[in-house]
Amino acid sequence: MERNPMRRQLAVMRQSLFDQGYLDEQFVQLEELQDDANPNFVEEVVTLYYRDSARLILNVEQALERKPFDFNKLDGYMHQFKGSSSSIGAKKVKAESTLFREYCKSGNGEGCMRTFQQLKKEYATLRKKLEAYFQLARQAGPMETACHPK
Amino acid sequence: MTVERVISETKDQFPIGMRVLAVDDDPTCLLLLETLLRRCQYNVTTTSQAITALKLLRENKNKFDLVISDVHMPDMDGFKLLELVGLEMDLPVIMLSANGDTKLVMKGITHGACDYLLKPLRIEELQNIWQHVVRRKKFDRKDRYNSGSQDKPHTEAAGIGNVDQNRKFNKKRKDQNEDEDEDHDENGHDNEDPLTQKKPRVVWSVELHRKFVLAVNQLGIDKAVPKKILELMNVEKLTRENVASHLQKFRLYLKRLSCVATQQANMAAALGSVDSTYSRMGSLNGLENFHTLAGSDQLHNAAFRSFPPSGVLGILNTPAGLGMHGLPSPGMIQLSHVQNSGSTCNDQSKLQSFVISGNHNANILQGMQMSLELDQLQNNKGVSHIGEQPTANNTTVFPVSVSLIDARITGCSNNPLIGIKSKSLMLEGSSQQATLHASASNLRDSVSAMGYQNGNNLSDFTSVAPAPNQLWDSKADLQGQACPISCNAGQIIRSAPQELNDPRKDAPYQLNVLCSINSSIPVNGAMVQLGQCLDRNNPILCRNMDLDSIGPPNFVDPLSIKHGEGDNSALESSAIEKDGYLIVQPRPQGSYIPDNIGSLEDLANAMMRREQDKGKPANGDFGCNAYSLRTCI
Repeated sequence: MERNPMRRQLAVMRQSLFDQGYLDEQFVQLEELQDDANPNFVEEVVTLYYRDSARLILNVEQALERKPFDFNKLDGYMHQFKGSSSSIGAKKVKAESTLFREYCKSGNGEGCMRTFQQLKKEYATLRKKLEAYFQLARQAGPMETACHPK
Repeated sequence: MTVERVISETKDQFPIGMRVLAVDDDPTCLLLLETLLRRCQYNVTTTSQAITALKLLRENKNKFDLVISDVHMPDMDGFKLLELVGLEMDLPVIMLSANGDTKLVMKGITHGACDYLLKPLRIEELQNIWQHVVRRKKFDRKDRYNSGSQDKPHTEAAGIGNVDQNRKFNKKRKDQNEDEDEDHDENGHDNEDPLTQKKPRVVWSVELHRKFVLAVNQLGIDKAVPKKILELMNVEKLTRENVASHLQKFRLYLKRLSCVATQQANMAAALGSVDSTYSRMGSLNGLENFHTLAGSDQLHNAAFRSFPPSGVLGILNTPAGLGMHGLPSPGMIQLSHVQNSGSTCNDQSKLQSFVISGNHNANILQGMQMSLELDQLQNNKGVSHIGEQPTANNTTVFPVSVSLIDARITGCSNNPLIGIKSKSLMLEGSSQQATLHASASNLRDSVSAMGYQNGNNLSDFTSVAPAPNQLWDSKADLQGQACPISCNAGQIIRSAPQELNDPRKDAPYQLNVLCSINSSIPVNGAMVQLGQCLDRNNPILCRNMDLDSIGPPNFVDPLSIKHGEGDNSALESSAIEKDGYLIVQPRPQGSYIPDNIGSLEDLANAMMRREQDKGKPANGDFGCNAYSLRTCI
């Protein structure tokens, strides 16, 4: 029971992620898929996401260094990035990528660059928050199963 | 009654354990997809590469019930995969994308996807995907049964529309085929004989298909019933069921062609009744502009998906040329050149010599139910014009984009044109070549491109006649229209000189696409074949659009068969001779394919591009015999 405060803290943290718009209901989908058979599903997916999307981020960086911009390519990368971001429920990141794509479509290089900077910021922020969240969850984890038998 | 019970029982168990193949290059999405599917209790196999997916599917066609694939993948475009799967394996495919643009969704549909889901995925959406498997099975089953019992020519035409009907029908037989569901993993064909022992699949070879098309033409699309076709074909070991299902596909194919040709935006109309589509077409005057099916193999234009002339031509020709009304069986649809003088094709009815360019894909056309198309043409008075030789201005090539896709066929209805109205777009000499074909893209991709490819820009088609907009509103329309054309094309194609040969496969493959009515048409391969078919002598099919001519992007050249030729009637022959393309020559300026085609074009283009990308005309398998690829039971 002494873990309860931890669980509570976890719940609060989680709620704030939603409230502040970092996550959307897709994240809930992930949580729902987590079960005994798949106890760390959410963390797994998020880890995979960060690992894979790092590659995309790098591609975009590199593409933005080549002038003139190849908007099609940029759009392509961002499309994919948007797909995976939305799959984990990364709301702000997804919004930035949508904006980025708009700029690509209209050929606005400046807009692209600005948005990309913002996107990277959000991306990094979310990562930190989720890492903290998972860490806490791991500590509070075992308690949960004990307290809430499935 | 028992049937219901059986059905429900099957249903109860069936979704569970349904075997799904999931393809997505994004590992995050793939993991999510896999987990969601497992949560739905499906049996999941995943791969991040389309090529691997294809390999898995080809290894054992019975291994999967359903395929879910992302649209944007690095090694192969999702739509391409979709086409291939549909053609080769006839499995239901669901597309996935983060992009929900209407255009893309439409593209998915025209390529044969049975559903289009948006990312991020939710479990609710996946819980019902099994319906696509069941629906397909029933549909196929119905096809078989219907053909047999009802012998309704247009039964399967609607495809989708018939689903319900099929269901009912299927239900009746359901108890007989209790294990059908299980067996239905593959296309319905496999289960064709639930009652009897499993028969070996029938491979619809080029020869076989040719006989089929001949038989259909002889009987007339209206009267082409499996039983009679079977008799006429006189092939041992071929059962009525085999013919029935093939007929169904053919009809769909033709429908698509006609839709494309007419560019009608009425998808709905086309769906349900090919006839209506054609009627419209007929009115178009000469509709005939049937897609210049110019089979130019270089469909690169993709737009040209218009159904290789062969297909279309076939259809148009039937009535002897033109009057298409009744499109009597002659596959040759020779569209007289429609005089596009000022796009007034209307009167012309001239079908604009529908040059079915030697679509290489003879096969396809053959497959195409010419009669089916013909019927429609018949209805459409417009078709009748075919005989008339338009003063040829425009040989509008009437790209018949055969939208093989069942649903797509609906496109046909729309535009009364197939032609076109008049001027029809189609024929407007537009160089565009029948971008109608673009619509054909429905054909599952390739067919639309009917061969034209001359490089032409299918986009030209869009310019098709005035009505273009209507026409192409729904690519489907064209497709429907394309279908008719395809019919004949089949015939024609066959005879078409093989010039189209492989290299052109791309172009012809459009025709092929047609063949695969069931979207299984290997567009790639088929097209090639179609192109071939067009025999010189077949006026209709514009015999292969001179591969050479195709060479240059302007596919139209061949098509422009000489519109002026004057010998409209002779178009058939002359047309063919000339460029080899029967296709109604799209006048370079002609733009005839209405804007709608544009969409088809895109589709076709995409397809073409894809094809091109691949570097080989036909996707490997398809390359040549569209039919062989398709095996029907």
